[in-house]
Amino acid sequence: MSAITINTTSEVNTVPMSAILVPVCEEEAAGMIRAAAAAGRRLQISGGNTRSGFGNRVEADAVLRSAAISGIVAYDPAEMVMTARAGTPVAEIEEILLENNQMLAFEPIDHRTVMGTEGEPTIGGVFATNASGPRRLLSGAARDSLLGIRFVNGQGEVIRAGGRVMKNVTGLDLVKLLAGSFGTLGFLTEVTFRVAPRPQTEQTLIVSGLLDEDAARAMALAMGLSVEVSGAAHLPDNVKGRFLNGRLPEGAATVLRLEGLSASVPVRAEKLTAALGRFGPISRIEADASAHLWHQIRDVLPYAGDSQKPLWRVSVAPGAGAALVLAFRQHAGVDAFYDWQGGLVWMRMEAEPDADLLRALIPRFGGGHATLMRASDALRASTPAFEPQPAPLAALSERVRQTLDPAGIFNPGKMGA
Amino acid sequence: MSDAIAFLEPRANVMARRSIIIEDLADMLPPECLVHEARELVPFETDAFVAYRRLPLAVVLPKTTAQVSAVLKYCNRYGIPVVPRGAGTSLCGGAIPQEDAVVIGLSRLSRILEIDTFNRTAKVQAGVTNLAISDAVSPEGFFYAPDPSSQLACTIGGNIGMNSGGAHCLKYGVTTNNLLGVTMVLVDGTIVELGGKHLDAGGYDLLGLICGSEGQLGIVTEATVRLIAKPEGARPVLFGFETSEEAGACVTDVIGSGIIPVAIEFMDKPAIEICEAFAKAGYPLDVGALLIVEVEGSEAEMDAMLALIVEIARRHGVKTVRECQSATEAALIWKGRKSAFGATGRIADYICMDGTVPLSQLSHVLKRTGEIVEGFGLRVANVFHAGDGNMHPLILFNANDPDEAARAEAAGNEILKLCVDAGGCLTGEHGVGIEKRDLMRHQFSKADLDQQMAVRSAFDAQWLMNPSKVFPLDGRPETRAFSA
Repeated sequence: MSAITINTTSEVNTVPMSAILVPVCEEEAAGMIRAAAAAGRRLQISGGNTRSGFGNRVEADAVLRSAAISGIVAYDPAEMVMTARAGTPVAEIEEILLENNQMLAFEPIDHRTVMGTEGEPTIGGVFATNASGPRRLLSGAARDSLLGIRFVNGQGEVIRAGGRVMKNVTGLDLVKLLAGSFGTLGFLTEVTFRVAPRPQTEQTLIVSGLLDEDAARAMALAMGLSVEVSGAAHLPDNVKGRFLNGRLPEGAATVLRLEGLSASVPVRAEKLTAALGRFGPISRIEADASAHLWHQIRDVLPYAGDSQKPLWRVSVAPGAGAALVLAFRQHAGVDAFYDWQGGLVWMRMEAEPDADLLRALIPRFGGGHATLMRASDALRASTPAFEPQPAPLAALSERVRQTLDPAGIFNPGKMGA
Repeated sequence: MSDAIAFLEPRANVMARRSIIIEDLADMLPPECLVHEARELVPFETDAFVAYRRLPLAVVLPKTTAQVSAVLKYCNRYGIPVVPRGAGTSLCGGAIPQEDAVVIGLSRLSRILEIDTFNRTAKVQAGVTNLAISDAVSPEGFFYAPDPSSQLACTIGGNIGMNSGGAHCLKYGVTTNNLLGVTMVLVDGTIVELGGKHLDAGGYDLLGLICGSEGQLGIVTEATVRLIAKPEGARPVLFGFETSEEAGACVTDVIGSGIIPVAIEFMDKPAIEICEAFAKAGYPLDVGALLIVEVEGSEAEMDAMLALIVEIARRHGVKTVRECQSATEAALIWKGRKSAFGATGRIADYICMDGTVPLSQLSHVLKRTGEIVEGFGLRVANVFHAGDGNMHPLILFNANDPDEAARAEAAGNEILKLCVDAGGCLTGEHGVGIEKRDLMRHQFSKADLDQQMAVRSAFDAQWLMNPSKVFPLDGRPETRAFSA
């Protein structure tokens, strides 16, 4: 029996080629899962396989992919709701939304750039990883747009949760639980999500030359104004050149996005400019360049490809990001930039410092968590990818997991410490 | 009093030990934190779903998370059911106790702990009222977005339990979209922290799971919520239409046009008449349906959005358009809408349904709702959040007439089934409680419910938390008898 490599990231999983399962419908998937559960066969869950390198290394006997359970099931633009099968390519969904002048409000990150993966990202993968982009700050994460799901649990039962309406408190919200569970609780087969109108126009204000700490203050001020900033990022001098082919103005760039009606964006831009003038020189970029910049921020462009240097994704209170990086630099060389008003820090380590050091610092800055996205095989083998949780919480999470997958066949080990 | 909805049979072993339990609770808490005299227990026997009432065994009103933990640990050890209670404003019986249960009330956990304008968060104890948060942060230019009608009284702890919404959630979302972290006590007394000031909590989304869990998974004692910068201005506009169908079609087109107003409220003719008689808001009485559409932003933005909305309304044959010229007029427009339940209560008893339907189904469901209620020989007034499809038909009846009460309940059940059949759900923001518990099988399959109940068991293996709520009494993993 020949073996193939599943991941194109530094993680290498080998399973027999005969053990790649690609069901074409939910019913077939349920049958495969029932059989796997009965045989104690562990499954690596994936959609388009562009994000499956996340988390701890998975020991599996077979791969179960949702890629062939594909297609848009229902979409009425006037309702701002779409239902699609889990394996539907994100590109297909975004294209249809664009035709109807709509979009995914949470602006999902395309992980291919930063994870060095290939393939077709799926909508199931987006929700399974709760993949959100810069607009998360204003419009919520992927999980906030997710209204309903169908999935197969670890016993091969088809479960429906949530629905297709925006307000729904009927029963326990298993929809949120499954979002961001990285394929460890269920095999998603269908997702129903809220979509949003595309803004008529957008504009980005750039405040130049700020230190990280000053940028944090400028972003906090901007977010506290009634101008509806829909993206707030700080690109320090050492990464700034990677954006827009180096066309951003001199010095670090603190970037603030405004979106909306053509009648209103310039008015808000004036207001914001007046409020931020004391921080530094302000310039603006318009529609297309602005959109391009935020795509690059979303996809973590500066740290693309460079797979050997460890890459961390740190989530802290927005005001704590810059201070955390400053403190960490006392111990180790690190390159960083900030999204979500400073609350999402992408950190690329120059060496392989002790992950415990970073994780020990976070509580001192108000709490949060650090996820190891990418690193050498050796570091990944010795470092839990997701932040270990306090014992009572870890025990509770494990009890919850067991109710969905009692035999432990879905992505075993992926999320645990 | 109606007896159609059953409760679990009180645990005989708990009832038999009542006086010992009260003594033990007295040892754990300061005297003012324990209520056990029958007369003093009466205010806790029901919530805003007043048709049902049961006296609890005792009520505790802890002042600290540690006290909540001690009481829960004790109750868990001795198998005593526990009913969490915020302000008791639940419309679905979510806080109704029973004879063997200890009520844990949040009213003494009422401090605002921290306002952090840099990170736009507020950390509050769970008994703080919804409106108190917005009031506290208003001088700094912020507000807390979810705004249930009961916001003057209801607590943030209760809001989390029910994942409360409100009129303005079309733009800002409901509680789950505005909650960043909690301190929660698990049934065995363990205190856990979920989330914090950061935007995405790590691990499984337990924060999302406890939101709307109706007090079955633990007791939240502190919450960190997201604050939003107050808009420069807000302006409601009143639209009167000849028919409900025209109003419904207008809602769909406004949403489809790409503008997201902060609120779109709908009232039908009976609701208009009731509210106008009470609030004197100047609502037109010669129309069949009314929409209140509110937009936010700068003057220029509001002008631009309203121009588009008015144009859409004209395409749907709008009869009356009233743009308000002052803050007083704006407040008056909202006063009528916000007093709808109170005003209805003055003319009749009513039960308020809370089903949500896809927008495309609004007209159909409205029409069928009228037919169903008429079929039971009763009247209905409709006032609801149209932008998100969350219907609130008020079924009017006379509570002193047992036959009418039974018919009202039956009509309500038919309407909720209609909502589910139209692709919607039983409850958009009020919760299941006891009221809709026995309809859960209409929306969910056995496997769906079994999975939810298994997750519930992972938090509370003995099923002590909020007994008799949410899940049909037969078919639960717990094997207790129940009776009407």
